[in-house]
Amino acid sequence: MDNKKDVKGFLEFVYEFYKSMKAHEITLVYEGEITHQITKAFTSLTESNMAKEDEPGAVQRKVFHVMVECLQNISKHADDFTSSDFLFSGRGIFLVSKGDNEYSVTTGNAVDNDRIEELTTMLETINKMDKDELKGLYKRQMKEGRLSDKGGAGLGFIDIKRKTGKELEYHFLPISNDTSFFLLTSTISRDD
Amino acid sequence: MENIKIQGTEDTPKVILDKDNEIMEISGRSLPEDVASFYDPVLTWLEEYSQNPNKKTIFNFKLVYFNTASSKLLLDILMKLEEIHEAGNDVLIRWHFPEDDEDMEEAGEEYADIVDVPFEQVSYSL
Repeated sequence: MDNKKDVKGFLEFVYEFYKSMKAHEITLVYEGEITHQITKAFTSLTESNMAKEDEPGAVQRKVFHVMVECLQNISKHADDFTSSDFLFSGRGIFLVSKGDNEYSVTTGNAVDNDRIEELTTMLETINKMDKDELKGLYKRQMKEGRLSDKGGAGLGFIDIKRKTGKELEYHFLPISNDTSFFLLTSTISRDD
Repeated sequence: MENIKIQGTEDTPKVILDKDNEIMEISGRSLPEDVASFYDPVLTWLEEYSQNPNKKTIFNFKLVYFNTASSKLLLDILMKLEEIHEAGNDVLIRWHFPEDDEDMEEAGEEYADIVDVPFEQVSYSL
């Protein structure tokens, strides 16, 4: 930004960005490395906002659960990434939006293409399961699964579906020949 | 044996393990950055305790929130208590949950299904 015109163009972009956030009812957006500190900061921020707005306890708890699991998914998996493209390594986008009827928590992070099949199968399996099947799967995974080196228990997606009662919506967008951007969104009903 | 007393924080639970005074409790929130290393001293303590347990062991869980990674470690703790019970000792798990928190109540029921040890659900108001 070495001249006035560029600055003006940038500020106009910021305003467009702001309007676009408002239009999509986005209350929190972050791009960058997801650490434990970030997880704590975002959950406590969202928690205090919800408390201020007298959101029912059950809704607050569900949003908290989903946020923690989504953030930990990124912090534990975003760097599984073997690509040399450091632009995406260990990072991700995280956003929370709040509509009249629901909250949604969305994450996006780069994944190697060879993980797409595994992720798709896992998400499809979980999405198809009913309450009791999910409960059985959670118990089985808790008993038989092992904690990964990064402390993941392989339970996050199951827990999100159980807590929200809604399918996990996801999408893969190509970044390069080897990598894709993995987007996942979970919605929490406010009518509970 | 030495007691364990860990103050709770916004992301780690309060832990009291006191054999002489018969107080065993994990309460608060559990989403530690590194779950395995947070719960490691607890499991080590229980291992030592299991060698020579009290006549009656009452273990209280009074959590308001735990993440999925913690759920696995809580099961490890419960399985240790199950071992103590299976060795012929008197063991009781008290699972406390806020009265309006169905998910926490259900989590207790699920653990009670998995481990074979006397389990009592206790609701409380916040």
